[in-house]
Amino acid sequence: MIKAENIIKSFEGRTILNNISTEFGTGQTNLIIGRSGSGKTVLLKSLVGLHEVDSGAIYYDDICFSTLDFRTRKAIRKDVGMIFQGGALLDASTVVENVKLPLDLFTEQSEEEKLERVHYCLKRVNLEHAHHLYPSELSGGMVKRAAIARAIVMNPRYLFCDEPNSGLDPQTSIVIDNLIYDITKEYNITTIINTHDMNSVMEIGEKIVFIHEGNKWWEGTKDDIFHTENRELDDFVFASAMAKRAKIAR
Amino acid sequence: MKLFASIGQYTLLMQKVFSRPERRSIYYSRIMSEMEALGLNSIGLTAIISVFIGAVVTLQMAITLESPFIPQYMIGYATREVMILEFSSTVVALILAGKVGSNIASEIGTMRITEQIDALEIMGINSASYLILPKIIATVFFFPFLAIFSMLVGIAGGYGIASATGIMNPVDYIDGLMYCFYPDEISYALVKMAFFAFIVTSISSYCGYYAKGTSLAVGKASTQAVVSSSIAIMICNLILTQILRT
Repeated sequence: MIKAENIIKSFEGRTILNNISTEFGTGQTNLIIGRSGSGKTVLLKSLVGLHEVDSGAIYYDDICFSTLDFRTRKAIRKDVGMIFQGGALLDASTVVENVKLPLDLFTEQSEEEKLERVHYCLKRVNLEHAHHLYPSELSGGMVKRAAIARAIVMNPRYLFCDEPNSGLDPQTSIVIDNLIYDITKEYNITTIINTHDMNSVMEIGEKIVFIHEGNKWWEGTKDDIFHTENRELDDFVFASAMAKRAKIAR
Repeated sequence: MKLFASIGQYTLLMQKVFSRPERRSIYYSRIMSEMEALGLNSIGLTAIISVFIGAVVTLQMAITLESPFIPQYMIGYATREVMILEFSSTVVALILAGKVGSNIASEIGTMRITEQIDALEIMGINSASYLILPKIIATVFFFPFLAIFSMLVGIAGGYGIASATGIMNPVDYIDGLMYCFYPDEISYALVKMAFFAFIVTSISSYCGYYAKGTSLAVGKASTQAVVSSSIAIMICNLILTQILRT
């Protein structure tokens, strides 16, 4: 479980996150949604510790993450996996080297054990045939899958995904969504996904937090969305004609 | 104020770079690959520039020192002094600031804006140490070899032009090379080169590490790396010359 308590974050005097409190459950896919510029990426990066919050607290289970020093955070980070918008694979390393890097640095396993684990993770994301390729030789979907493999190689307890579907075609997006959902259930991970893809919301959104102008505007499940009377959320979620028709039909 | 803030930020980065590495074996392989990328790949450029400068210095000396009162071997002596004392260390370092410095700044800057550095941090890796320390160790070890190589190639260039044009007797040139030779001068050049290697690598890494924004920021970081490294080399050259030669 990850809990945010009264988080405030500002940049150069401009408040980006305004007193946000919420809780993300274990073993479920938690989605942060909102318009571009609403503050959802800042919220995700604050939760993961890439931004220091101005005030408020972030808890990883019972541990107050936001007050920890660098060394203790480092220990927790070994339990954290993150999938970045662009994949963020190391350009100079092959897929295998990228996925193996955390094992090389933080485990005492033999080379054979490490490779076995890497190939298991690559197989899990259906990428075992591309192990020798460099990131520049991969398609967008393959980069995302390699990033997922790297994120899960250390058996993380917390998984953060920053717009995992951006730049992907709808079919590949569904594959990525399902993969993240399955991994969350399989390993009982606390997964937080930052997205504005409504297909993801409808498919895998077990808990949804809607951020609007830096405030937590609404939270609930994907089924609650159909019955909400929150105008901003309604405008955001059902912006397309197709989504509106789907709501009416429901 | 901005200068002081940058110096403070640079110092903090270096503190992070020299903190205890995660796994030495990983660093060893990274140092080897950096030696190849930053050192071995600079040999060609160093050779071309050194051979031509050595030849040009010999020609210039031969023309300038044309006098019955100045023995011809002084041309070889002057060429050797120029190549060992300043060219092989300071000028080669300035050239490498352009090649290696811009390479480092753009590589690390690209990693910053494509969130690769964030990814390393999330994994619990000390990104500064992982990315920058191998580069610093590789260049501090390898650049002095480039300086020795530059001295040899430059002096050979001078000998080649003396032989080819007949502007002076090559035997006098060799006599000049051996005239009043103090091995300490080579040590002085190598110490300077090691300092310059640290300056070029650390400043360029700093510029790339704190790049912000888009690809424009990478270009800016690259330019900043070359300019700042060059200025720092000149200041450091003055200080080291004062300390080591007086």
